[in-house]
Amino acid sequence: MPKGRAFAPQYASVQHRDETAEIGMWVFLATEVLLFGGLLFAYFVYRHANPAAFAEAGRHTRIVIGTANTAILLTSSFFVACAVNALQADARRTCIAMLVSAMLLGLLFLGLKAAEYAGEYHEHLVPGVDFSYVAPLADGVELFFIFYFVATSIHAVHMVIGIAVLATLAVLLRRSASTRMRAALHSAALYWHFVDVVWIVLFALIYLPGRSGT
Amino acid sequence: MTEPDYLNSAYTLRSWFFTTDHKRIAILYFATLIGFFFIGGAAATAIRIELATPQADLVSSDTYNRLFTMHGVIMVWFFLIPSIPNTLGNFIVPLMIGARDLAFPRLNLMSWYLFIAGGSVTLFAILAGGIDTGWTFYTPFSTLYSNSYVIVAVTGIFIAGFSSILTGLNFIATVHRLRAPGLTWYRLPLFIWSLYATSVILVLATPVLAITLVLLATERFLGVGIFDPRIGGDPLLFQHLFWFYSHPAVYIMILPGMGVVNELISCFSRKPVFGYKFVAWASLAIAAVGFLVWGHHMFVSGQSLLASLVFSFMSFIVAVPSAIKVFNWTATLHKGSLRFDAPMLYALAFLGLFTIGGLTGLFLACLAFDVHATDTYFVVAHFHYIMVGGMVTAYFGGLHYWWPKITGRLYSEYWARTAAVLIFFGFNLTFFPQFVLGAEGMPRRYHVYPPEFQVWNVLSSGGATILAAAYLLPMFYLGYSLFFGRRAPANPWDAPGLEWQTPSPPPEFNFESQPVVTRAPYQYGPDFAAEPQNA
Repeated sequence: MPKGRAFAPQYASVQHRDETAEIGMWVFLATEVLLFGGLLFAYFVYRHANPAAFAEAGRHTRIVIGTANTAILLTSSFFVACAVNALQADARRTCIAMLVSAMLLGLLFLGLKAAEYAGEYHEHLVPGVDFSYVAPLADGVELFFIFYFVATSIHAVHMVIGIAVLATLAVLLRRSASTRMRAALHSAALYWHFVDVVWIVLFALIYLPGRSGT
Repeated sequence: MTEPDYLNSAYTLRSWFFTTDHKRIAILYFATLIGFFFIGGAAATAIRIELATPQADLVSSDTYNRLFTMHGVIMVWFFLIPSIPNTLGNFIVPLMIGARDLAFPRLNLMSWYLFIAGGSVTLFAILAGGIDTGWTFYTPFSTLYSNSYVIVAVTGIFIAGFSSILTGLNFIATVHRLRAPGLTWYRLPLFIWSLYATSVILVLATPVLAITLVLLATERFLGVGIFDPRIGGDPLLFQHLFWFYSHPAVYIMILPGMGVVNELISCFSRKPVFGYKFVAWASLAIAAVGFLVWGHHMFVSGQSLLASLVFSFMSFIVAVPSAIKVFNWTATLHKGSLRFDAPMLYALAFLGLFTIGGLTGLFLACLAFDVHATDTYFVVAHFHYIMVGGMVTAYFGGLHYWWPKITGRLYSEYWARTAAVLIFFGFNLTFFPQFVLGAEGMPRRYHVYPPEFQVWNVLSSGGATILAAAYLLPMFYLGYSLFFGRRAPANPWDAPGLEWQTPSPPPEFNFESQPVVTRAPYQYGPDFAAEPQNA
C-alpha cells in the first residue's frame, strides 16, 4: 500500500472515494424504503379491511403534537442542509452550530413523542400493555395502535441513530474539516432527510384518518 | 516465497479478526460457513436416519419438528444465502474487476461480525431447546402456540439479515465504482453480473424480512394480534410478507451459483459464454421477475383464484431467463475443447441437477398439480435439486476452481474428481426418490409414514450416506493440499480473467499495478497468451 495517501488504496482519488460513499448511502436508503415499505403495506391492508375503525382510531391521536413535530423535523432538516452548505464554504463554526440546532430539534421531537406516548398510555391505548376500548370497533382500533407504536418507535430509533451521528460529526468537526468529513456530513444529511420524509408519510397515515371528512 | 502475499503478510490474531482485506474476510466467512454447514448437515443426518423406518424410533415428534426447523434455518440463512457471495464473492469480485479491495472494507468486516452475532444468537436458541415452527415461522403457530425459542431465533436471523444487506450494498457500490479502466459493463465476467443481481435482491428483499420478523416478535412478545384472526389480523398477510422476501431469497441462493458456472463452463470449454448479453440480462431479469412470484407458495393458503392465476403465470415467466442460461451454457459446450477437470465436473453436475430442479419447478407452478403436491416430498425434492444440487454443487465447483488462487496450492485432481462424481451420484440417490414419494403423496415434516413408502425412504437415506461422505472428502484432500499440495502457478487453468493475472495467492492489495482491460471476457484461444491483459 502506498504510504501516506489520504484515502484507501481501492480508490483512485479523494473524489472517487467520496462519490462511492454517496452511492453506498443511496443504496442503504433503498433498503430503508423497503423496511418501512413492508410495514406500510401491512398498514394499508388492515386499513382497507377496517376503514371505520382506522378513522375512529385516527381521531384519538394528538394532531397538535403530531403537527408540531412535523414542523420541528422539517426545520431540523433545514438546519442540516444549512450545515452541509456551511461546510462547503469552510464555515466550520456555523456548520457545528447548525448541527447542534438540528440535534436539539431532534431531541425536542423525541420529547414530544414521549409525551404523546404517555397520553396514549393514560387513555389505555397501548396494545399489549394496557389496552381497553369499547366495542364494536375495538379490534380495528387495536390494530391501528399496534401499527402506530411499531412504526413510530422504529422511526424514533432512526432518530436516535441520526442524532448520535450528527453529534459525532459535530465533535469531529471541532478538530478538523477534511474532505472526508464533508462526504460524511453529506451522507449523514441524506439519512436525516430520509428519516424526515418517513415521518411525513407516517404523519398522513397516523393523524389524518378520520379527520379528512370521512 | 519472495513477495509477501495476503496470507503471510502478518500472522497475528489481530491481523485476522480486525482485517479489512476482502480476501481475509472471505477466509473468515469460509471457516464460519463450514461450521454452519456441519450443524445443518448434522440435523439432516438425524432426519434421514429417523426416516429409514416407518416408525418413530430415534426421536419424538417434537424433537423431529425441532430438527427440521434447525436444518432449514441454519442452511437457508447461515449457509446458502451467504455461501457464494460472502466467500467466493468476497474473495474474487475485487480481483475480477481489477480493484484493490471492495468499496467499503470496514463495512465488509462489520458484516462478518453481524453474521457471527446473528449466528450465535440463533445457535443459542437451538442449544436452549430449539424451535419447532419450521423455517417459515408461519403464524399464528409461531406467535401464539409454539413453546419454543421463537423470539431468540428470529432475533438472530434479523441480525444476520443486516449482514446480508451490508454485503449487497458493498458489492453494488464496488461494481459501479471500482471497475478497472476499460472494464465496461459488457466486459465484466458474468460472475459479476450474477452477484450484482444477487446484491440488488439482498438490498431490496432482506429489509422486508426484517420488518416482518419485527412484527412477528412484537406479536409474540406483547401478546397482541397483528396476524391473529381473533382480533381482525390476517395470518395470510404474514405469508405474503414472508414470501415477498423468501422467494427472492431463493434467487439469492441460486444466482451466485449460476455466476460460478459461467466461469467454469467457459474455462473448461475454452470458449466465450454463448450469448453473453442474454446471460447477463437474464440475471437481472431473474432478480426483477423474482419479486413478482411469491404467491406460488400460497396456492392452497386461501388467496384469491385470480391472485393464484397471476402468480402461476409469473412463475412460468421467471423460468424463461433461467432456461436462457441453461441453453446458452449448453451452446457454450457445443464444439468446445472440453476438459474434464474437477471444477468442470461440478459445473456439468450443476447443469443436470439444476435443470431437473427447474423443470419440476414448472410442475409446481401449475395450479392443478401444485394443489396435489403442496407440502409433499415433491416440493422438498424440487428445492433441494435447486439449493443443493444447484447452489452447493456450484459452490464446490467454484471452490475447486479458485482454490489455487485462494490458497496458492494445488489439490489432488484424482480425489477432487472422485468427490464430484460421488456428490452427483449420492445427491441423485438421496433426492430423486423423494420426487416419487411426493408424487405418491407422502407429506413433508412427518417422521412416521405408511410402510409402503419405506423402500424409497431407505434409498434416500442410503443416498444421504454417500452424499455426506462425498461432502466430507474435500475436507481431507483440500486440507491436505493446504500443507502438502504443490505450489500453484498464477494461472493454473490458462484463463484470461483478471484474477489470474496476479500471483497465487494474491499480494495484500491484489495487483502490483492497476490493470487495464482492453477486450471482452472469456477470450480463450491461441492468441490469448500473446496479449497479457495486465498492462
